[in-house]
Amino acid sequence: MKFTEEHEWLRAEGDTVTVGITAHAAEQLGDVVFVELPEAGTTVARDDEVVVIESVKAASDIRAPIDGEIVEVNEALVDAPGKVNEDPLGDAWFFRIRPSEPGQMDEYMDEAAYNDLVG
Amino acid sequence: MSDLNVTPLGALHHALGARMVPFAGYEMPVQYPMGVLKEHLHCRARAGLFDVSHMGQVTLRAPGGYEPVAAAMETLVPVDLLGLGEGRQRYGFFTGDGGGILDDLMLANRGDHMFVVVNAACKADDIAHLRAGLAGVEVVEITGRALLALQGPAAGGVLAAMLPGVADMRFMDVAVLPSDFGELWVSRSGYTGEDGFEISVAADRAEALARALLAHEDVEPIGLGARDSLRLEAGLCLYGHDIDTATSPVEARLGWAIGKVRRAGGARAGGFPGAARILSELQNGAARARVGLRPEGRAPMREGTALFAAAEGGGAVGRVTSGAFGPSVGAPVSMGYLPAELAAPGTTVWGEVRGRRMAATVAPLPFTPAKFKR
Repeated sequence: MKFTEEHEWLRAEGDTVTVGITAHAAEQLGDVVFVELPEAGTTVARDDEVVVIESVKAASDIRAPIDGEIVEVNEALVDAPGKVNEDPLGDAWFFRIRPSEPGQMDEYMDEAAYNDLVG
Repeated sequence: MSDLNVTPLGALHHALGARMVPFAGYEMPVQYPMGVLKEHLHCRARAGLFDVSHMGQVTLRAPGGYEPVAAAMETLVPVDLLGLGEGRQRYGFFTGDGGGILDDLMLANRGDHMFVVVNAACKADDIAHLRAGLAGVEVVEITGRALLALQGPAAGGVLAAMLPGVADMRFMDVAVLPSDFGELWVSRSGYTGEDGFEISVAADRAEALARALLAHEDVEPIGLGARDSLRLEAGLCLYGHDIDTATSPVEARLGWAIGKVRRAGGARAGGFPGAARILSELQNGAARARVGLRPEGRAPMREGTALFAAAEGGGAVGRVTSGAFGPSVGAPVSMGYLPAELAAPGTTVWGEVRGRRMAATVAPLPFTPAKFKR
């Protein structure tokens, strides 16, 4: 599992990478009340805004951490955005992406480095 | 946060695990570990305790008691204050010469004097305004007292068990009551749309009172985050957002606070700043109006969202002044301003969210029914 400085996690599963946000990010956001997902089949470049999250406090977005094609999105979050707070590392994944540049994964932190970052 | 003021409950907030933020010059709890959403729902279901000690508490006294104070105050506030009975409180606002709102406040007749509560951010300006505008009235800012709010359907039972004198109080009654925590200044009012109380207590007794209230199983501490979503669902204005110096009381649909005697044809018509505009708008209507908005879907339309009369084309016709997800409504809710011709409930307008126009329906306020004990 890899982590970005934007508090996203990436987990390689077969030829796709599942992306979500960390528990630290979910806690900082507060109760999530709205999630807008991209459409499966969308080709994205790293840093494209792909997901919009609104919490009770503010709106924020999730950017694509790597280049590739979004192959699946977690539609369950649209009706139950609170899952992002309940299970950010599990049930509340946002999308699966098929990387076009698999090496990009390696640029991100491992869990120990991320834990150091968030203290 | 070293430059910030701390309320008498500062240590308690830390002990309760609050997340503290700067607000109007004070370090205030935005939420506790329960989180904004659950705090909001708990307050509507049972009872919530809020620290509102950052607000300004002011006594106004004059030789001759309440009446001369009320007469003087009517030159700054378009409310019927001479007609306010002893032990009663009214909502009002300071108006400016252009008819805008300088601040909103609560005004109480406490027999031999008037007691007012003003917004934290406007406190210094309000006190200067009172001192400049009220000749012969002694204006004293009460700095040695905290202000707590206990709100929700269980609030009446919880407080009456500790303080039997509150049981018979009705909405907008005020009373000075002796207690185990010294003299309490209690009003049956609040900022959530629920039944409840605001309680002024000596600073050195505030934490003991707060802990005694929190010891009740129905009571949880509630932060500023839920305070904002509760008042928004209740259709209550937040100064500096929904009302300001550029907004008249009639535009803000607060004309109900201006009593008949202060309106055209009344015994004490006008005589307050901005009266010409405000009295004219009361008779003829204002060009724009504060409205409730129910956005379609789940995305909140937040403060600043531009509003349009059509799904495509045309310029902005209004703006959202408060918007959030309403936990009790279970959907996003907003307030904003629209031209009078678009302000009728049921009208569809469009708000621009992240570059796309999203439909919203004009809705009656409040979004959640008021539960005051009348």
